[in-house]
Amino acid sequence: MRNTWWKILAVVLLVYTLTAGLLLEVPRLPILNETIRALYFHVTMWFGMIIMLVVAAIYSIKYLMSNELKHDDVAIEFTNAAILFGVLGITTGMLWAKFTWGDYWSGDPKQNASAIGLLMYFAYLILRNSLTDVHQRARIGAVYNIFAFAAFIPLIFVLPRLTDSLHPGNGGNPGFNAYDLDSKLRLVFYPAIIGWTLMGTWISSVRVRLKRAERKIEDRLINQVS
Amino acid sequence: MLRQIHTLIIKELTLEWRQKYALNGILLYVVSAVFITYLSVGAKQGNIAVPTWNALYWIIILFSAVNAVAKSFVQEHQGRQLYYYMIASPEAIIISKIIYNALLTLILALLGYLVFSIILGNPVADQGMFLLNLILGAIGFSACLTMVSGIASKASNNATLMAILSFPVIIPILLMAIRVSKNAIDGLDWSVSADKLLTLVAINAILAVTAYILFPYLWRS
Repeated sequence: MRNTWWKILAVVLLVYTLTAGLLLEVPRLPILNETIRALYFHVTMWFGMIIMLVVAAIYSIKYLMSNELKHDDVAIEFTNAAILFGVLGITTGMLWAKFTWGDYWSGDPKQNASAIGLLMYFAYLILRNSLTDVHQRARIGAVYNIFAFAAFIPLIFVLPRLTDSLHPGNGGNPGFNAYDLDSKLRLVFYPAIIGWTLMGTWISSVRVRLKRAERKIEDRLINQVS
Repeated sequence: MLRQIHTLIIKELTLEWRQKYALNGILLYVVSAVFITYLSVGAKQGNIAVPTWNALYWIIILFSAVNAVAKSFVQEHQGRQLYYYMIASPEAIIISKIIYNALLTLILALLGYLVFSIILGNPVADQGMFLLNLILGAIGFSACLTMVSGIASKASNNATLMAILSFPVIIPILLMAIRVSKNAIDGLDWSVSADKLLTLVAINAILAVTAYILFPYLWRS
């Protein structure tokens, strides 16, 4: 965790995303116009969120296999960061939708699915908070995290493709690749994904360290008394 | 393993039969819920639009199923659970509970269907597909709700947790079931719904397998 190069990389990539994303030339498309720049923020947020949820699910499995609380710390903090990205993703998506589809909420299957996905992970947080024992919280939290992840994947990747959606790549709409993710967009899009994901990892790793430090202090206090 | 599952299902059935009030309670719940919807919608027989009929039906089944399955891990007290823990493998327990709850949900769904047909009219054109869809939906509901009720039973405020944990997870199943049932009501050809039925089976399988793998960890704590 002492390595700093990836933090510097995250900052560099995000500064690049912000400046290049707002200033660089973008393809002119009907309806989308300049709002296509939201691609760098909205879509990349979701990519970051899904990557972090995968990490959280992996660490939940690791916790169940080993029963070590350090894995649970990683799982909960990555889920927290993923929820933050999810909320940002849904807000940026709503803004984008307002300017292209005409409404903040147009009942698009993918919009609905992502809202349900967020509900799932909010429920996860409430479940964890309603359990008081640390080990029980970690174990049951991990079980629900994996269970929710198993339900989340078909929800967000399979179901929207079966119905008509306003999103590209669904319900017969061509994907972004087909017409407008040209090389200019890619130039910012991929670095943005990496940048946001690194940012999320950074946030989570700081919080994981904080959590471990807190636990150490608590343990010391408890041992003093007894 | 198979014998264990068999014995456990027999046990669930006997237990349910001995405490008839719980079963009767949930059956009455379905009937009252249907009647309340009937009065609130203010529909005369056959007056209600098909999508509304469909949505109301599935929402009632969802709520009854949540209520019916919620008790599956709390009706027996701690001591007896410990006893099961010692004599049966967790896999056998989760499978027997899922099968039993699927039967229970199916009975609820059929009863709901009967009452719906009597007082709100029966628009279903393709009975076979509707029933097949009910069976698949019941299995999916049961797999998901049994697992969630196991999770919720470990925490204190059970009823709220049961609802908030299960609703988002159950939505994929509910949506697919509603879509297929709409097709069945309209009497569309089986080829139209085949892929949706297949997706429903696949989602059921994913949730059931996840529950099967995860339950031992839950049971141990």
